[in-house]
Amino acid sequence: MAATGTAATVSSNEQYNYDIVRKFTIMTLVWGAIGMFVGVYIASELAFPVLNFDNPYITFGRLRPVHTGAVIFGFGGSALFATSYYVVQRTCQARLFSDGLANFTFWGWQAAIVFAALGNMFGYSQGREYAEMEWPIDLLILFVWVAYLTVFVGTLMKRKQPHIYVANWFYLAFILATALLHVFNNLAIPVELFSMKSYSLFAGVQDAMTQWWYGHNAVGFFLTAAFLGMMYYFVPKQAGRPVYSYRLSVIHFWAIIFLYMWAGSHHLHWTAIPDWTSTLAATFSIMLLLPSWGGMINGILTLSGAWDKLRTDPVMRFLIVALSFYGMSTFEGPMMSLKDVNALSHYTDWTVGHVHSGALGWVAMITFGSLYHLVPRLWNTPMHSLKMINVHFWLATIGILLYITAMWISGIMQGLMWRAFDDFGNLQYSFVESVAAAHPFYIMRAVGGAFFLAGMILMCYNMYKTIRKGSVEATAEQQIEGKLSANAA
Amino acid sequence: MKHDKIERNLGILLVLTMVAISAGGLVEIVPLFFIKETVEKVEGVRPYKPLELRGRDIYIREGCYLCHSQMIRPFRDEALRYGHYSLAAESKYDHPFQWGSKRTGPDLARVGGKYSNDWQTQHLIAPRSLVPQSVMPNYPWLAKNDLDYSDISLRLRALRKTGVPYSETQAEYDRNVEEFGADVAKYLHIPDAEKNLIEQAQQGNYDTNPDKLTEMDALVAYLQMLGTLVDFKKYDDDYFVKFR
Repeated sequence: MAATGTAATVSSNEQYNYDIVRKFTIMTLVWGAIGMFVGVYIASELAFPVLNFDNPYITFGRLRPVHTGAVIFGFGGSALFATSYYVVQRTCQARLFSDGLANFTFWGWQAAIVFAALGNMFGYSQGREYAEMEWPIDLLILFVWVAYLTVFVGTLMKRKQPHIYVANWFYLAFILATALLHVFNNLAIPVELFSMKSYSLFAGVQDAMTQWWYGHNAVGFFLTAAFLGMMYYFVPKQAGRPVYSYRLSVIHFWAIIFLYMWAGSHHLHWTAIPDWTSTLAATFSIMLLLPSWGGMINGILTLSGAWDKLRTDPVMRFLIVALSFYGMSTFEGPMMSLKDVNALSHYTDWTVGHVHSGALGWVAMITFGSLYHLVPRLWNTPMHSLKMINVHFWLATIGILLYITAMWISGIMQGLMWRAFDDFGNLQYSFVESVAAAHPFYIMRAVGGAFFLAGMILMCYNMYKTIRKGSVEATAEQQIEGKLSANAA
Repeated sequence: MKHDKIERNLGILLVLTMVAISAGGLVEIVPLFFIKETVEKVEGVRPYKPLELRGRDIYIREGCYLCHSQMIRPFRDEALRYGHYSLAAESKYDHPFQWGSKRTGPDLARVGGKYSNDWQTQHLIAPRSLVPQSVMPNYPWLAKNDLDYSDISLRLRALRKTGVPYSETQAEYDRNVEEFGADVAKYLHIPDAEKNLIEQAQQGNYDTNPDKLTEMDALVAYLQMLGTLVDFKKYDDDYFVKFR
């Protein structure tokens, strides 16, 4: 049942559509560099506000959605398109359903990211986190997504394997859930046909619940389920071993996609939502720990019997450290969803740190590992430099550690300062004292981000050299495939 | 049923996945549109006047919600720092809600009336001139840009479609007089929106520059009404608890 189903004998360009995978792979690198650069820049703005330069287009408030859009949808989204198109073809042993539609998803998706970023800089925003894109862009995304679903399902229907491989279940759930979330969270009334401005259909409590149902499951499906799909292909492939437990993958798949959707309102603890929704969300969030760790355990134990690879193979190191961060942040998440912990952590930098331990540690690291596996196969040449992969690994790991440590300290400090009383029962600190106290940690966070960005840029250079050297011809590919099958055997 | 069957049948996999991912939202969100206790019954909450609405649009345009929450939690420290905890009713006309998720700056749910118009204007132009340790960007352009109110009635009409009781007809206007009183109802009448917007800006002089109607006028008008609509002296604390 493992990734061994992909027979190594099939190889020619006619057999599979690798062109689309190559395009999305390149854009993953481009958006990663851009999105992370913007992230480091806005982190620096918080440390040194002079960097806003009194320029409306680059103030923190307008650039923050540019950062989240570029890294989540540009970098993460392109990585998911690339890997899902690759994995679904390999595991189904079938060419992508429609080259035309697949190309439309590429150009449509890239256009949506560009328009969203420009729109945010020019002040067009729906005012909903991670869904800032105004309605015309939302419509474009919807068309792209329907095309994506069609291509993916169409390819599954063409499969030559009777079984649908587990990675594809996760990709499929991610595509369906994203469609559902996107449609209902972006229901809005435009001011007029040619106006970029719209007002959300819902208000207040209902709007908040819809938005965090979306926001949380953007994490749950876009940044988790889909990347688990990636994990279920690339970890066994790189390790050269089958998935540890088939039964575990079945159980944790259904549990995770069912449970995630209930957990959104833990983003709204102690707000004006009804208590029962809050309690329900906390309960499901705690239950989520089990399937999350199910995925982590399944991934890490896939390496059993091949642990030596961690010493010799930097790509494997990316994948395994990604799973470790996944395990850590899916422990931290349920803990923060407890109402008493949340009372301290909510509104503070702790949340920002938590998101980044997932986004950098899990999403970005598993993507780096997968791309280092993928690019030599797409361009029929070994990576330009293994040493650079190694350096990238350490830059990224140190960057994450600096980042989340800074945010843990400043977040917990903010929470404690806000609720501190003096001996007379008055508030001990004014708000701005907590802002001043966070300053050194904002610098530390920006430095951590810079480390991570440096690794990303190094990866781009390494990839550029590799791709320049490589070719998309079939002959060289056959040689690689030959070697691979020898390895797998 | 053996799981093997699901793995071989794409149709079953699709249907079961849809069922699994739909349950949470159906149970947690859909009832909130029907359970009456979700939003408290309370006097004073009204839709935004045209100038305040334009101010709110600018608040969203600049991404203020990314650093400022508008949702006070029911804790002792927050009561001392910000005031009474926020009610669901207080954002019932908020399309979209702006509760926020991060306090890089302080909560703004009850900032209305806490500072003078002068202070707000100066603080928006150059925050560090008043609060040296602040990390907020300067917003000098707000005081320079003329407020564009050309499509204000279209904006009110769009909100009317979402269910906000802005009035288009005499009958709707009369209904608003009954519900909100004549003083408020006047500002909710769409045909007079532009006139009302200019009038409020002139009377309020929010940006402390009476010659010009700027984006600053609108944003400060919005900030100055935040959290001021409900008179909490009228209610026991116990009254709100039963809605939670």
